[in-house]
Amino acid sequence: MIKKQRYVRELVQPRQRTIMLSVIVTTLFALLVMRLWYLQIIRVDDYRTMSENNRLRFLPVAASRGALMDREGTVLVNNRPSFSLSMIPQEVKNIDETMDRLSRLLMLDRTELAERWEKSKKRARYYPVVLATNISREQVEIIEENRLRLPGIEISVKPIREYSFQNSAAHLLGYIAEISDKELESKNYANYNLGDYIGKNGIEKTWEHELHGNDGGRQLEVDSRGRVLRLLAENKPTVGNSLILTIDSRLQRSAEAAFGEKAGAAVVMDVRNGEVIAFVSNPTFDPSLFAGRISPDIWKGYLEDKRHPLENKALSGQYPPGSTYKMLVALAGLESGVIEETTTSYCNGEYVMGSSKFRCWNRSGHGTVNLRKSLKESCDVYYYQLGEKLGVDRIAAMARRFHLGSELGIGLHNEKKGLIPTVAWKVKRFGKKWFPGETLPVAIGQGYVLMTPIQLVSMMATVANEGTVYRPHLVKKVVDPDGRILKEFGPEILGYTGISQESFKKVKQGLFAVVNDAGGTGANARLWDVKVAGKTGTSQVVKLGKDRKKAVMYQHMDHGLFVAFAPFDKPEIAVAVVVEHGGGGGAVAAPIAGKILRTYFDLQKPPPNPARTDSLNKKELEDTTEYESNRHEEAENPKNTESSSIQGEDD
Amino acid sequence: MIDRRLVTNFDWTLIGIVSAICILGVLNIYSATVSYTPGSTPYYIKQINWMLFGLFVSIIVASLDYHILEDFSYWFYGFLILLLLCVLLVGKRSLGATRWLNLGLFSVQPSELMKIVIIVTFARYFNNYHTVGGLSFKDMLFPLGLLILPVIMIMKQPDLGTATLVILIAFAMSFYIGFRWSTIFTFIFVTIPLFWFTWSVYMKPYQKNRVLDFINPERSRLGSGYHIIQSKIAVGSGGFWGKGYVKGTQSQLRFLPEQHTDFAFSVFAEEWGFFGTLVLILLYLSLILWGLNIARRCNDRLGGLLAVGVTAMLFWHTVINIGMVIGLFPVVGVPLPFFSYGGTSMLTSMVAVGILQSISMRRFMF
Repeated sequence: MIKKQRYVRELVQPRQRTIMLSVIVTTLFALLVMRLWYLQIIRVDDYRTMSENNRLRFLPVAASRGALMDREGTVLVNNRPSFSLSMIPQEVKNIDETMDRLSRLLMLDRTELAERWEKSKKRARYYPVVLATNISREQVEIIEENRLRLPGIEISVKPIREYSFQNSAAHLLGYIAEISDKELESKNYANYNLGDYIGKNGIEKTWEHELHGNDGGRQLEVDSRGRVLRLLAENKPTVGNSLILTIDSRLQRSAEAAFGEKAGAAVVMDVRNGEVIAFVSNPTFDPSLFAGRISPDIWKGYLEDKRHPLENKALSGQYPPGSTYKMLVALAGLESGVIEETTTSYCNGEYVMGSSKFRCWNRSGHGTVNLRKSLKESCDVYYYQLGEKLGVDRIAAMARRFHLGSELGIGLHNEKKGLIPTVAWKVKRFGKKWFPGETLPVAIGQGYVLMTPIQLVSMMATVANEGTVYRPHLVKKVVDPDGRILKEFGPEILGYTGISQESFKKVKQGLFAVVNDAGGTGANARLWDVKVAGKTGTSQVVKLGKDRKKAVMYQHMDHGLFVAFAPFDKPEIAVAVVVEHGGGGGAVAAPIAGKILRTYFDLQKPPPNPARTDSLNKKELEDTTEYESNRHEEAENPKNTESSSIQGEDD
Repeated sequence: MIDRRLVTNFDWTLIGIVSAICILGVLNIYSATVSYTPGSTPYYIKQINWMLFGLFVSIIVASLDYHILEDFSYWFYGFLILLLLCVLLVGKRSLGATRWLNLGLFSVQPSELMKIVIIVTFARYFNNYHTVGGLSFKDMLFPLGLLILPVIMIMKQPDLGTATLVILIAFAMSFYIGFRWSTIFTFIFVTIPLFWFTWSVYMKPYQKNRVLDFINPERSRLGSGYHIIQSKIAVGSGGFWGKGYVKGTQSQLRFLPEQHTDFAFSVFAEEWGFFGTLVLILLYLSLILWGLNIARRCNDRLGGLLAVGVTAMLFWHTVINIGMVIGLFPVVGVPLPFFSYGGTSMLTSMVAVGILQSISMRRFMF
């Protein structure tokens, strides 16, 4: 009984509800019809006037990019106006003819104009299509002279980058260039348009969204012939935020000068907070070239240079650390109790293990060697023996305490990890077991071990400050256009090594001897007024056999390395220098490190003047705003220019 | 296999209305894309191909007994959830959102298929779930769970339009079964604080801005508001008789955004005027009412549920799309069924018609 009742209710109720649904549906449709009645019958005159006599047009206005400044407030990168040529399709009668004329007048590539037009064809016809960017003032003048014959062609001005010190720190700062098709599609650049400039590399890329600012735009009402009637709405562009970097431009340039023609990298870091004070990858390139059309000759020159100027060696160059690695192996020995400060080995120039012979760099041998002497004279045999006792995994464990073998997260793209080999790594990578004989080269920083210059300086800094691993960072502050500080970046600690201070003290004594004792390998970095400690390294690119002195091909020459910190008693900075294919570290890298340290301590003498930061910054920003307000006036008094172009059409 | 009664009961009214809308759609797409540069195949030809293919699919679906949908419904559901997961992991990005899944030969948009699958899943669930005196809040907990999982995944893509549609379709079907008053009140008491909480605690200012822009497009005159202004000018300037076929200035000068897809109705309204839009709206209204009529005539609970779900899907698409282009609703990328250019939309709509046809033909069998 109950069951039947239920059945009837279940089926009948939904059926009745279809009637209710029909009523709801009809009501909603009636609403649509009423709205259409309102738009199409009642307001028809208004909308017809709007559609027949008026056109709304949207003109984008590019924002000025934020500036990059060094730690003292010196402007490194700022903006200057650049002219680009654009066309409003709906105002051009014959697009092909216009493009022919443009290519003839301005000596522009006809196919390139056509390509750019082809890409933007699908957009609304009132929207300007950028045909050429970064054209010269002469070309602008030619356009102005021929205005009457080129209706619908406009010159727009965009701010582009200007570099205060040309090629200096090019790898760090990066460059900007036109956004690519691929980037346009990516989520990261969702609000960008064709023809926009974006950071492609270095700081410019990492901080793109901070630096870019917000592009503005004007909504104009124009008549059917394109004459501007009035400004309907305007979004003013907002200037991007500026960055104050941790770099000291003077030290940076002096370090670059110290390299001269040599290829390599140098990084200077504050051991107390991880601020990167200089970041050199030599040779550098001219970042301003990428904003325009790069000439094929220059491009070819960059590509064919065997020193690879476009490569960021400080960040992406991976080198065997050579003997600089010995400080780490020594720490591993001390911490594990395998050696004491007084433990000695005897070096007769070679070490035999099984059937293999491992040579010391000094063929005649170092005699009896203790820890201090092993570092000072960089005796290989001492470390062969120590390495054999430790085993490769204990060395790797020590390296990991220094956060080696992984990115330090400096905040630039393409940071490399380096390589710290372990037994497990070899099995995974090659499917083969680790041979004890492979540990010996690792103990002197050869074999599989790889480190980037950033990692070298971080290792040195951690030894200098006795155990704190800081994340190296490049940006001190983000400043808005009015000079207000938006963000400030202090030291960030990645971890602590947990090594005893005594062990650090013992190793540091050895590093002091490297530079200051007679017979030390790093004497070239010695300063008369400040105590410097450091370690040389020479890493083999290929095995050269007995005739190492003979002239060899550039690509086969050794890399020279030198890492140092100073002052010895109260460390402030650490330096890492790598000279690619330069030869011995003590001979080529130590003098460069010496010059860098000399400049650093010379610069410390006169106290820096903080007032400079604000005044310079403000002046630069005033320039851009003044420039924008000029453009604004132009748009509001369009008669002068626009009427003349109309006359041209009537001809 | 094919019963003779099925052929005699073939629903010519349904197919007639759909064909009429499709033909108007093709004519309109021709006009909307005349100003486009001649590419490979013209859009209107492609649309004709989609339409014919869609009709074919619809007949295949109609020839199948819709009860098999019930058997496979949870399998479909599980498979679709898997596809949506794939989209989030390895989907193809287009226009700032990831909706497409590349299957080598062709790409699919699983969120589009989800609309049909949610109908089938809900129909199966309610068909076997009996309650007295309407659905209580407790009765709704399981269906809500079924609904929320795909909705969240679609929102992640992000595709707010489709997510909203899936919710609205599910709502219409539950409404058809009937709510208790207490259920409705509970929903209101749960959702309002939830919205308030999300708004004030969870959302960042830029997200709030985006939502406000979405609700009131004219807030941003330079962004989506610009499109709505242009669309209203197009519709309004059409007047009573319209500007004439291929003579709409707004569309031919390409002031309209996506004028062959989401804004196809504005092109039609400009060129055919109030007279034209009235005819088109009456066609849609008769399609929806006919769909509800099929649901009413059906003697089988499952058939009624499926018919209501499928009709609700067509209805919401139509109302939201037209409401958007005439400035009544927020801007969401929802196509007008059978009328906007696009293969996925055409296929989904045709599958819906196939299901309706299948129910209509079998009304004497149960």
